[in-house]
Amino acid sequence: MSKARVLVGTRKGAFILTSDGKREKWEVSEPHFGGWEIYHVKGSPADPNRLYASQTSGWFGQIIQRSDDGGKTWQTPDGGPELKPGEMPKGESNKFVYDTSAKPLTTHQWYDGTQHPWEFKRVWHLEPSLNDPDTVYAGVEDAAIFKSTNGGKNWQELPGLRGHGTGPKWQPGAGGMCLHTILIDPSNPERMFIAISSAGAFRTDDGGKTWKPINQGLKSEYIPDPTAEIGHCVHRIALHRSRPNVLFMQKHWDVMRSDNAGDSWHEVSGNLPTDFGFVIDVHAHEPETVYVIPIKSDSLHYPPDGKLRVYRSRTGGNEWEALTKGLPQSDCYVNVLREAMAVDRLDSCGIYFGTTGGQVYASADGGDSWNAIVRDLPAVLSVEVQTLP
Amino acid sequence: MIRVVIPYHLRNLAKVGEEIELNIEGPVTPRSVLDALEERYPMLCGTIRDHVTKERRAFLRFFACQQDLSHDPPDTPLPPEVVSGAEPFIVLGAIAGG
Repeated sequence: MSKARVLVGTRKGAFILTSDGKREKWEVSEPHFGGWEIYHVKGSPADPNRLYASQTSGWFGQIIQRSDDGGKTWQTPDGGPELKPGEMPKGESNKFVYDTSAKPLTTHQWYDGTQHPWEFKRVWHLEPSLNDPDTVYAGVEDAAIFKSTNGGKNWQELPGLRGHGTGPKWQPGAGGMCLHTILIDPSNPERMFIAISSAGAFRTDDGGKTWKPINQGLKSEYIPDPTAEIGHCVHRIALHRSRPNVLFMQKHWDVMRSDNAGDSWHEVSGNLPTDFGFVIDVHAHEPETVYVIPIKSDSLHYPPDGKLRVYRSRTGGNEWEALTKGLPQSDCYVNVLREAMAVDRLDSCGIYFGTTGGQVYASADGGDSWNAIVRDLPAVLSVEVQTLP
Repeated sequence: MIRVVIPYHLRNLAKVGEEIELNIEGPVTPRSVLDALEERYPMLCGTIRDHVTKERRAFLRFFACQQDLSHDPPDTPLPPEVVSGAEPFIVLGAIAGG
């Protein structure tokens, strides 16, 4: 029987939750990297035992961790078994240095409108290649995309993104200027989509050499020109692997859809109680079934009416139904952050999300009913799931 | 022999105990101590000082002999007690959080 392995990043460590295909009973690991912020943990689609983790700290900076045994043991990627006895890892796997060939683009817009140098802060997102376990992309703050082709030992920026002519106009959102979403087109590995808060969404069609903004149709009243080419606070993008030209977006406000790989977008918020939120994902087997979790904003950032509700659309947006069975329907004031939802590929698609209250909820029936598979973790930053044979 | 104390999380990362002993030839300064520390434990590169600028990370402090040396120029000689090994050079994480 197939299994599910859920990779949870929290404010104080990573946790690995495992279950058989029924997804009724879960084993919760001891904390990995206890005390460190784990922004993201993700497995390679090409080798499920290969995991990458972004371990970060305001005190000590960025560490990249890698596991080659499904999360049982971890090492910094330049500290692997190829090291001779007594030899130390070189620390290169933690080194994210912006490509200076992008000069004169060395600044972006700061909160006060002045230009500010790009400063690396952390890795928000790790996206392993779909077919090579040693190739992995990293989305970082201040916004840029890096690539490693040797299992995370070394990282090189893809400077064409930051070198896009709009770079000096990018500015951070409240959470920092982070590149948080990386989607690889399963039908065309040269095509990737990324999203930056708060510059917007971009697409490459040449493996990351050049990028174009794909924000036409987005409307953001919080920027001087609501329909500007860049400046939109995109929170998350999702796609279904069978239809990579159809994209769904949770923006700061508005749930959006594109049917042409981001060339244009239209709003599909429909009857949602609020169109603000962070997460969005697509059912593994039904490309028109989409999930969001509405959050009250602009500054509250908890569910409306104290009710934690997942909303599902079976029509690709606009018509949404509240999914509440098993979720708290009173006195619930947690948030669900942008990396904290995932779907598995078991026959009955499993949906997972984590909260800032430390709960990880799972549904083994496409969202009809939910259970907390763990309740008292540190605040959850990210959730990913692997479907294992 | 120079004695160096680093924060708990960095001890775990470097897989070392509470105190590290380093041999340093030439002037004993914050820079030379950290250079020697990173040479012996390269996985600490970037965790105490920025990878590129070599600036002290903002939430870390350098203490020795009940003095805060964090803002001294990196080539300032450390106190004789540190040079002799009587006192450690301490890398301390700033206290914060709840």
